[in-house]
Amino acid sequence: MARDTTRIDVRKTYKLFIGGAFPRSESGYSYVVNDAKGKFVANAALASRKDARDAVVAARKAAGGWAGRTAYNRAQILYRVAELVEDRRPQFLLAVQQSEGLSAAKAGDVLDAAIDRLVWYAGWADKLTQVVGNANPVAGPFFNLSTPEPTGVVAVLAPQESSLLGLVSVVAPVVVTGNTAVVVSSYDRPLPAVTFAEVLATSDVPGGVINVLTGSAATVGPWLASHMDVNAIDLTGIAGDTALATDLEVAAADNLKRVRRAPAAEPDWTLTPGLDTMTDFVEIKTVWHPMGV
Amino acid sequence: MDFTYAPAPESRSIVDLKASYGLFISGQFVDGHGSSFKTISPATEEVLAEVAEADDADVDAAVKAARRAHTRVWSRMPGSERAKYLYRIARIIQERSRELAVLESLDNGKPIKESRDVDVPVVAAHFFYYAGWADKLEHAGFGTTPLGVAGQVIPWNFPLLMLAWKVAPALACGNTVVLKPAETTPLTALLFAEICQQADLPPGVVNIVTGAGGTGQAIVAHPDVDKVAFTGSTEVGKAIARAVAGTGKKVTLELGGKAANIVFDDAPIDQAVEGIVNGIFFNQGHVCCAGSRLLVQESVADELLERLKRRMGTLRVGDPLDKNTDVGAINSAAQLQRIRELSDVGEAEGAGRWSPPCELPDRGFWFPPTIFTGVSQAHRIAREEIFGPVLSVLTFRTPSEAVEKANNTPYGLSAGVWTEKGSLILHMAGALKAGVVWANTFNKFDPTSPFGGYKESGQGREGGRHGLAAYLKGGDL
Repeated sequence: MARDTTRIDVRKTYKLFIGGAFPRSESGYSYVVNDAKGKFVANAALASRKDARDAVVAARKAAGGWAGRTAYNRAQILYRVAELVEDRRPQFLLAVQQSEGLSAAKAGDVLDAAIDRLVWYAGWADKLTQVVGNANPVAGPFFNLSTPEPTGVVAVLAPQESSLLGLVSVVAPVVVTGNTAVVVSSYDRPLPAVTFAEVLATSDVPGGVINVLTGSAATVGPWLASHMDVNAIDLTGIAGDTALATDLEVAAADNLKRVRRAPAAEPDWTLTPGLDTMTDFVEIKTVWHPMGV
Repeated sequence: MDFTYAPAPESRSIVDLKASYGLFISGQFVDGHGSSFKTISPATEEVLAEVAEADDADVDAAVKAARRAHTRVWSRMPGSERAKYLYRIARIIQERSRELAVLESLDNGKPIKESRDVDVPVVAAHFFYYAGWADKLEHAGFGTTPLGVAGQVIPWNFPLLMLAWKVAPALACGNTVVLKPAETTPLTALLFAEICQQADLPPGVVNIVTGAGGTGQAIVAHPDVDKVAFTGSTEVGKAIARAVAGTGKKVTLELGGKAANIVFDDAPIDQAVEGIVNGIFFNQGHVCCAGSRLLVQESVADELLERLKRRMGTLRVGDPLDKNTDVGAINSAAQLQRIRELSDVGEAEGAGRWSPPCELPDRGFWFPPTIFTGVSQAHRIAREEIFGPVLSVLTFRTPSEAVEKANNTPYGLSAGVWTEKGSLILHMAGALKAGVVWANTFNKFDPTSPFGGYKESGQGREGGRHGLAAYLKGGDL
């Protein structure tokens, strides 16, 4: 490491990402983020209830516009996100290495997979409707078509261990179909999520479509689970915590949120995802119209 | 003009009512351990039969029977063989359609015209449709592994049709079921149990336990139930969502609605009036997807209302078994009470109430077709599900105002759009947050067509290919 020791480097402030802007936590709290070896890396903003609510407002505001984009446009924007992650390889490599304590080679594999995952999901934007929609041959003179539509605002508790690959694996499927997302990052490994947010800010993703909160899923999760303007919640980030997952499912029932349940353990993110990652957060809408002269 | 109609009652002699009914568990009718309750004809308050009320032990016996049948028989049977049982059931329903229709109208109060021409034919079609899926699951995209035992709780508004929506896809996918019909309408489900016997369906594949809320809770809470399917109120739906939290149980919910039926100024007005009438007065308005909020474009509101009132004046309210009857009896005293209460609130909050002159029978539960005009979005009758023949009329000026008003509800089950302009229909269909959008039609149902709601109207879809997802492992949609 032959660094110029005469110069003091300029360190980054890691902030939240809400409505396309980078605020600190409204609460004024931050928390220490160490690398995998326990060495101080940065202070991350500790998202509060108010931050979560602000993020929901931003996500709701962005929902109509994002759902109204053409699928082709959403595909291009997600692909653009992949491009910019690739473009910042060294930065993400370092962030993943620090967060997850991986060797450079292993971190490279993770980064490759994350970028490829974004590209994979980008391609689904204009295909999912064809694969999961249906023309229905009803017994009468009617045109009848079922198509998947976004559920709305989706709260995502991102995985705790896989700080980048896991993150993109839960965020991309939510937004590719036209939902907007409020994401709570890994608590111990939040920095790749912040850097990812910086990519989102420069890759034509409209403000509010993806909002990233760093902090504790156990603290912020209940506010999102009980929020009456959140339509769905992904509990992946509290894998294995059955008691908390049950509480959040109960809270989610207040407005019958769609719930992706917490798995028993964090999934193997290297596996190719199933369609359920996307279809859990769509609504099938069926339109009827008479046929005749 | 004065039209008078001679009564044209359908004979009820085709129905062979027993004095009392037990529970259908493992292919046999058995006495329950609990007490019993009476089911009455809502049109006359006549007691039709005594029905067993299943307690926790009865539910447990039914779940055990279903588990046994699943493990030993049904999950091992090739799909092609399961299919043939379902085809048999569909055929027997067609053969006994008159009997089923009369019994449904007797127990539920709906006009024989509807039970005969809508409910029962669609029930048969549903079994026929899903029969064909049983040996084609690998092509449906949700895997081929059944969940196991499905606990199913259904409402009183379409007793047999809701049974079909639940039982047919469950069985086609290789699950066995424990089904509870509604407290006020158990009889067609018990007749369906006889049909299962006639079809030689293996014992335990279908179990029917009658009872009230407590029986339903026992099914939902039973640890050996893998799947809960419920149709009914949003309130109970939320309680079920809470009850299954933290379990592995898969859930589908079909709940309440407050659908907007939107009429634009260029709509074919007579067809729209028919659609409005069908939307809210079909089945006495006991329809979760009823078009209970009429949103009419301001410029045609007066003309439309005049024609709507004229049409409402021709609706015949009365004996459900009379073939001329358009609007039958309200299903229960409790439901009648709720409709009266909310209607009184509508009046108290300042909306204009109107019903056509109509003579109601002295006995039984009746409510005249009613509209409220001058309704605002703040009115309770515009926000709460009334589940009766009561229409709230609101107006709008622009398509975006119509969308905003239509979507301004925690519900999202269905919506209607009436206009001759195709591009406007497609725009509205895209913008409405509703699982079913009927354009220039309303209240159409078909086994191939998925049904289910956004938001607090429920989770999951029933019907069509999508309906299979609810009964297969890993099937999400």
